[in-house]
Amino acid sequence: MISFQVEDRNGVVQTVEIPEDINLSVMEVLKASEYPVLATCGGMALCATCHIEVKRGIEKLNSPTDTELDMIDTLPNAVTNSRLACQVRVNAQLEGALLSLMEESN
Amino acid sequence: MITTDIGIIGAGPVGLFAVFEAGLLKMRCHLIDVLPQVGGQLSEIYPKKPIYDIPGFPEVKAQELVENLMKQIEPFKPTFSLGERVDSLMRNEDGTFVLTTSDQTEIHCKVVVIAGGLGCFEPRKPELQNLDRFEGKGIVYMVKDPDAFRNKKLVIAGGGDSALDWTIYLAEIAEKVTLIHRNESFRGAPDSAEKVHALAQAGKIDLVLSSNLLAVQGNGVLKSVSYADKEKQLREIETDYLIPLFGLSPKLGPIADWGLSLDKSAINVNTFDYSTNVEGIFAIGDINTYPGKLKLILSGFHEGALMAQSAFKFVYPDQKLSFKYTTVNGVNAF
Repeated sequence: MISFQVEDRNGVVQTVEIPEDINLSVMEVLKASEYPVLATCGGMALCATCHIEVKRGIEKLNSPTDTELDMIDTLPNAVTNSRLACQVRVNAQLEGALLSLMEESN
Repeated sequence: MITTDIGIIGAGPVGLFAVFEAGLLKMRCHLIDVLPQVGGQLSEIYPKKPIYDIPGFPEVKAQELVENLMKQIEPFKPTFSLGERVDSLMRNEDGTFVLTTSDQTEIHCKVVVIAGGLGCFEPRKPELQNLDRFEGKGIVYMVKDPDAFRNKKLVIAGGGDSALDWTIYLAEIAEKVTLIHRNESFRGAPDSAEKVHALAQAGKIDLVLSSNLLAVQGNGVLKSVSYADKEKQLREIETDYLIPLFGLSPKLGPIADWGLSLDKSAINVNTFDYSTNVEGIFAIGDINTYPGKLKLILSGFHEGALMAQSAFKFVYPDQKLSFKYTTVNGVNAF
């Protein structure tokens, strides 16, 4: 099992446990865990409705692609450790990470 | 005024295939799309990407699928209003509809099918208090007429290509341009970034890096913009205009005001025929939602087929529909 933590938009932190071989993106796991993530574009790094801040463990995650960085760069509320959850794979590297849901930009 | 049986909002793959299913039942279609070409996301965003889950095509490039769909619906002579957004929907006393577009094209139809995909891409807004108070009164999200900024003070916010390009362009026209960007560097086109740096060095623009917008102030109209600089110090700049250029984000747009039952940014439908809560309006493809919804092109194709069966009773209220296979009946062109 991989275990990581998610902080919702009200600051409540919960631990999420996922089997290692699941091959999903963090966005898909967040949606399946009933977090209010719209994911309008379905995971193509187009809408940024799954914008998260990685508060712990960013150095271990897969690196963002240019497409993801370009999208993050346009977001008014982006921070240094911003990622799009749809572009972060769920694997052992996520163990112990703390992900915080960002407010959705209009 | 264009008169047709079905007005389809959205000319993506699902909207296009709906023309085929409607055509088999002798219903004519007119499609409207905000994009200047057909194909929706497939043509606009990933024309060269292969798609692997279209039945019968082990692999097909997105643009090829669009071209094939156009060929498939050709017998049914669909008509198009491209580069236009449907801005309003009006219901006539006889139950028919009039759709009006951003170019004032009017489409009179018996059935409306919303196949709008992700919706319209609209400018993304920064989260600032009182932002809406100054929209159109100093805050603009799009540069439509550059001349409106002649001899004015402008603050442009953002770091993408459009922020860079407009900074370069407006530097010549405006009295003063300040570009505020969150990062220390730009990810936009390197030549544009170089030009912006050169303009800043020549004193032609003010370049404010590693800074975030914090607030907008004014008295009826925008007067100043505040931001936190590199050292997190609060700064204020007097300005006539703030132009936030933070890219586009998909939104439902005017469709959200038509009295349809919505769930977040999707339209609730009945899976019997993908009808909405408003009689005569259907929603198919990525824009609808229902228990178990999968945002797949193939799901949208299926939804279009079922929609057409129910749309028939609005177009031909006095006729009985008898379902026929294309293998038996062929495709009878209009």
